[in-house]
Amino acid sequence: MHSSLTRIAAALIASTMLAGVANAETIRWARSSDALTLDPHSQNQGVTHTFAHHIYETLLDRAVSGELQPRLATEWHIKEGDPTVWVFKLREGVKFHDGADFTAEDVVFSLNRARSEGSNMKQLHAEVAEVRAIDDHTVEVQMIGPSPLYPNNITNTFMMDKTWSEAHDLQEVQDFGAGETNYAVLNTNGTGPYTLESREVDVRSVLKLNEGWWGETPAVTEIHFLPISDNATRIAALLSGDVDIVQDVPVQDIERLQNSAGFKVETGPENRIIYFGYKFGEAPLKSSNITDSNPINNPLVREAMELALDRDAIQRVVMRGQSVPAGIANPPFVNGWTAELDAYPKPDIEKAKALLAEAGYPDGFTITLDTPNNRYVNDEAISTAYVGMLGQIGIKVTLASRPVAEHSPIILANESDFYLLGWGVPTFDSAYIFNDLVHTKNATHGTYNVGLYSNPEIDDKIIALGTETDLEKRNASIAEIWKVVKADRVLLPVHNQVLAYAMRDDLTLPVHPENQPYMTMVKFAE
Amino acid sequence: MTDLPHSPEQPVAAAKPSRWRNFWRSDIVWSYRRSPVTIVASIVATLLILMAVFAPWIAPYNPFNPATLNLMDGFTPPGGASYSGNNYLLGTDNQGRDVFSTIMYGSRVSLFVGVLATLFAMVVGVGLGLVAGYVGGVFDAIIMRVADVQLSFPAILIALLIFGVARGLIPPNQQEGAAVWVLILAIGLANWAQFARTVRGATMVERQKDYVAAARILGVNPLLILLRHVLPNVVGPVLVIGTIGLALAIIEEATLSYLGVGVPPTQPSLGTLIRIGQQFLFSGEWWILLFPAITLVLLALSVNLLGDWLRDALNPKLR
Repeated sequence: MHSSLTRIAAALIASTMLAGVANAETIRWARSSDALTLDPHSQNQGVTHTFAHHIYETLLDRAVSGELQPRLATEWHIKEGDPTVWVFKLREGVKFHDGADFTAEDVVFSLNRARSEGSNMKQLHAEVAEVRAIDDHTVEVQMIGPSPLYPNNITNTFMMDKTWSEAHDLQEVQDFGAGETNYAVLNTNGTGPYTLESREVDVRSVLKLNEGWWGETPAVTEIHFLPISDNATRIAALLSGDVDIVQDVPVQDIERLQNSAGFKVETGPENRIIYFGYKFGEAPLKSSNITDSNPINNPLVREAMELALDRDAIQRVVMRGQSVPAGIANPPFVNGWTAELDAYPKPDIEKAKALLAEAGYPDGFTITLDTPNNRYVNDEAISTAYVGMLGQIGIKVTLASRPVAEHSPIILANESDFYLLGWGVPTFDSAYIFNDLVHTKNATHGTYNVGLYSNPEIDDKIIALGTETDLEKRNASIAEIWKVVKADRVLLPVHNQVLAYAMRDDLTLPVHPENQPYMTMVKFAE
Repeated sequence: MTDLPHSPEQPVAAAKPSRWRNFWRSDIVWSYRRSPVTIVASIVATLLILMAVFAPWIAPYNPFNPATLNLMDGFTPPGGASYSGNNYLLGTDNQGRDVFSTIMYGSRVSLFVGVLATLFAMVVGVGLGLVAGYVGGVFDAIIMRVADVQLSFPAILIALLIFGVARGLIPPNQQEGAAVWVLILAIGLANWAQFARTVRGATMVERQKDYVAAARILGVNPLLILLRHVLPNVVGPVLVIGTIGLALAIIEEATLSYLGVGVPPTQPSLGTLIRIGQQFLFSGEWWILLFPAITLVLLALSVNLLGDWLRDALNPKLR
């Protein structure tokens, strides 16, 4: 009794305090999951970055159109006379939340932290040899060779304050996988538009406007970030007025929300391809009844598997039109995409059966498909549908459906024979796809080439892309690599995701191709 | 026959009642006949169980055979026109599976898991309860404290825990094949304690009785005493708990599958169907959720009502 009275009193006081702030606009923003950590270099993961972009800032970032735009760096160019050095001019008058000035020293510290051994962002800075502060507002990044595309890699590399970080022992990046924690996991000091007011992991994080931010004062002055994992609950929260913006909208609810008075849905293509991968090599598969060879290593079988895949049916029924079927594992935003490469064959069950018979598997074979069930839009439903399609040509698939936290370790340990994954391309260049998905798996490349495809000729071409300065030659080389990747069916692309944000209809928030909306962009209708 | 004396109004059968007649007039049947709720529950349960058992022969489609599915038929409303022209009585789900057939096959999975899990719990619980009640002492204390601890947690929590540990022990590429068995193990181990407690109490009572003492004095092997003499006398309450336990096990299976940790989505149980269906609650495809949910409610409720009736019928104090 006593405690509930106190609570009511506290609520009353809080509400009068809120009423006192002029023009305070609070946005309650719901997503399906929370940021994994607030240490800005610990996890290269979309939700984590999107949240961090509100507190910390990067040198460059991407506009809604997908183009690079200045943020903490106002200019960037290759140093005259030395193609291996990138020069960044820093924005002047920027202050961290604790009042310290943002200078070149902080950039040197942050870039070195981001490329350090324990960082999850280090692959994006693999070609950096040294970072130098020239004066307070100029930084030079010395590359190991010409790296014309390096600025594309730094759109999620956040700047921390050197003094603050050293005061809190943050030189080492948090090892998230090992369950480590550090001061930066729950405390922040960025230059961004909002400061962290409170954080309850997986429940609620509150951000308040940073009055001293260098940019144009945003309309939103307070953000309540609410992870709600259940789709139906998240939509119900929007419909009942408990939240204002829902970032992860299930495809089946888009139409209903569009037709509901008081709400609207903004949709747009996402820079993310959804694809099936499978195990290459001679070794027999772990989950198949064919124990003396690997059926998938036979190109005829891979062709049959593609002919069984009815992308249009998946788009129409499973995705309810909210996807763009794809013929290569490369989103249309990304350099290297062409309409010709993106063409995909019509499903042909009879021909697929004939190919399987020709390959020596007239009765098909068995295999297990590993799929996540909470990562991509309708991931489990896509896999279930493909299991049915493969069943029609005699390939009997067992579906192993797991949350992404269980799915990822199995995939990364090369344990899966057949899997579903999605791939976003933050650099907007094909090299990012080749480096991680196509190059032979080794210490520095092919992290997600978990099907262990290996083609030394292609590997050489991929490595050469990193230092090719002639963009025309480089693009020709990208086209050649894609041709081989498509012909070999290294990956079996399904579609590009379409994003949908649902919100109160007096708000506007444009869809960001990397699914990284900033609440600073929210506008209120008068 | 013909020379039977002066009793034309008494038929032969009454003088020497048939088995059927005995059964028909027995207490248990009498109490069944007097309870319309029980009669309805038993009819519903029988229908659902028959539907599940004979699903492969009577279901209009086989939703577990992916080769016969047509994805383009997805989201056909009940009785509505489908893309392929097939007729679907209760509509189709998001994968183009006939909802009526998936319910039949789904009930089959649910009942299979429920029955085996209950039997497993029964064997473990009755075994431990018999021994604990008969032996007493430290063994009894340990078993019963373990049971107490377990009963203080919700069964579903225990099942989740066991499920998680078992999944962790099985290599990833065998997990799907083993999923149903792991589920049975988890639900069974979550429910043994009720059986153990009841049987232990009853055994302690029986143990004091003369026939047990007599058997012991005659030098009968204790195991034989337990199985041949004590067990038949404690089996009544076990049947009651078993029936109610079956209803609980079906609900637990549905809960685990609803949470996405149960059977593979390509072989859905009722809980999986409800999990899939609830995604379409807002978008208007109500039939994907409604029909499996009604089936689960009917199944669990009818089995539970039968259990309640059995408890009352077997308890002389309530008559």
